[in-house]
Amino acid sequence: MGDVRLMKGNEVIAEAAIRCGCDGYFGYPITPQSEIMETLMIRKPAEETGMVVLQAESEVAAINMVYGGASCGKKVMTSSSSPGISLKAEGITYLAGAELPALIVNIVRGGPGLGTIQPAQSDYFQAVKGGGHGDYKLIVLAPASVQEMNDFVDLGFELSFKYLNPAMILSDGVIGQMMEKVELSDYKPRWTDEEIEKISGSWATNGKKAGSERNISTSLDLDSAKQEVFNHKLQAKYRAMEENDVRFEKIACDDAEYLFVAYGSSARICQKSIELAREKGIKVGLLRPITLFPYPTKQIQEMLGQVKGILSVEMSAGQMVEDVRLAVEGKVPVEHFGRYGGIIPTPEEVVEALEEKILGK
Amino acid sequence: MTATTEINNIISEENLVYKKTDVLLDNEMHYCPGCTHGVIHKVIAEVIEEMDIQDKTIGVSPVGCSVLAYNYIDIDWQQAAHGRAPALATATSRLMPDKYVFTYQGDGDLASIGCGEIIHACNRGENIVVVFVNNAIYGMTGGQMAPTTLENQVTATSPYGRDCTSTGYPMKMSEMVSLLPGTRFVTRQSAETAGAVRKLKKAIRKGFENTREKKGLSFIEIVGTCSSGWKLSPTQSNEWMKENMFPYYPLGTLKDE
Repeated sequence: MGDVRLMKGNEVIAEAAIRCGCDGYFGYPITPQSEIMETLMIRKPAEETGMVVLQAESEVAAINMVYGGASCGKKVMTSSSSPGISLKAEGITYLAGAELPALIVNIVRGGPGLGTIQPAQSDYFQAVKGGGHGDYKLIVLAPASVQEMNDFVDLGFELSFKYLNPAMILSDGVIGQMMEKVELSDYKPRWTDEEIEKISGSWATNGKKAGSERNISTSLDLDSAKQEVFNHKLQAKYRAMEENDVRFEKIACDDAEYLFVAYGSSARICQKSIELAREKGIKVGLLRPITLFPYPTKQIQEMLGQVKGILSVEMSAGQMVEDVRLAVEGKVPVEHFGRYGGIIPTPEEVVEALEEKILGK
Repeated sequence: MTATTEINNIISEENLVYKKTDVLLDNEMHYCPGCTHGVIHKVIAEVIEEMDIQDKTIGVSPVGCSVLAYNYIDIDWQQAAHGRAPALATATSRLMPDKYVFTYQGDGDLASIGCGEIIHACNRGENIVVVFVNNAIYGMTGGQMAPTTLENQVTATSPYGRDCTSTGYPMKMSEMVSLLPGTRFVTRQSAETAGAVRKLKKAIRKGFENTREKKGLSFIEIVGTCSSGWKLSPTQSNEWMKENMFPYYPLGTLKDE
């Protein structure tokens, strides 16, 4: 066992960033995720690893600092919560358009507008379908434990550099604020200039090398024909993600006659609901998407010969359920159950919804 | 001896007194005749060559006419979202403190949509150079009113002249940022005569030298012309600038610490 501690999800994001060799964090305070930057400020990683931590004047500035840092081939990140992510949408689409790697953490709170500071999962569409303008996709990771908050920082950077595409950790106030046992990752040194040259030398804007082509970080091409070719390239990249990097977890699915599909904290609630339902003789399992994009469409389809109905459980008015329905194509009933506006459903409520909406049909 | 042979004799290495810097690329410029951007680009490229920092300089281009500045100066570039260049430059400079990072921004980009980013980059004293081209109008989008548009100046969105009582007053950005402790060098220059270009070059060189000495932020405003936006010939534009812009935006150095 490595370094095992009892920590808050938000604090773990900060710790994992330092340990994975992150070069820079740029953020702006917003509840319920301010502990991320606070922890970094207390830890003073500049003295330990050389990591830069800067409180920006706005969410907009923070994401554009990420854009600048990412352009240099550095591992850079930001974090925020829902209203702040809306402000970052501009920078996120620029990152995608310039094919830059970066990590964005969203500790989701209830909306719309200023909404509430309590947990929600109502930013699924924003994270998975767009948020900013243009045809782009983020790699979206949905942790369901404090351990995964740790693990997905490194994984997020790994995938974003693999595809040269921004990655998002889509968490919520439950996972961000709760304390759990976590095994922290071992320290990885920050990349040296030589390593950056090897990994990102073909595109990083860190000074034109004598005798080699200069690099330009841009998302602009006024020639529509070229812009369409570039969009084809992006789409091919997204298809490759769907082919190679879908992540999911199945719980109690072997004998399941019914299925919950849920991610993040809703998936944790569903685990308890499975126990309660099975006490009543209802054989229900859980398919937990870990990547929300790319989505485990095939894995849901593979369950269709086995299950009689699916309940999509989400702390929203019904967003992910649309992707479940697209996967299922009407072959079995699919319903949504959710509490929202900052209300967390109880495991009992979820079982009742299963009985009423799926078994009752 | 014919005139041609005479000229050919003159064009020789020992007679060379002026040469286009190699840091300035040969790509055909998209700027309108009479525009100040071309001269400013040349001056920046010359300074980069003279200081031998081509491999250490990163430019951040804005949204506006100079969005394509990266096509003309042979260094690494980042193309920013509208107004956000100082944020990109902040991270780039902090993550690579031995590099020379500059933003190149117009008046709409810096003084309007990017007002927050520039004020805070100046306030933090980022170790960067800001090249701010003020021609009192939005060029690329077709001549609309900018925060620096003069009172009564006619633009596409102030067709009866800028009414300051409802649209605000022309913003003096150099004066504003000179009040912030984070700025070390704040100057307002122009580029309409050979003498002005020489002074501008000195100012830009000083900016990059400040970066080398880790002195903090150098803010170089250049009052320039926009013949297309102002709907004047290049010569008339220079006259209009001298008569109207210079009295409101006086040239000179506001701060040098």
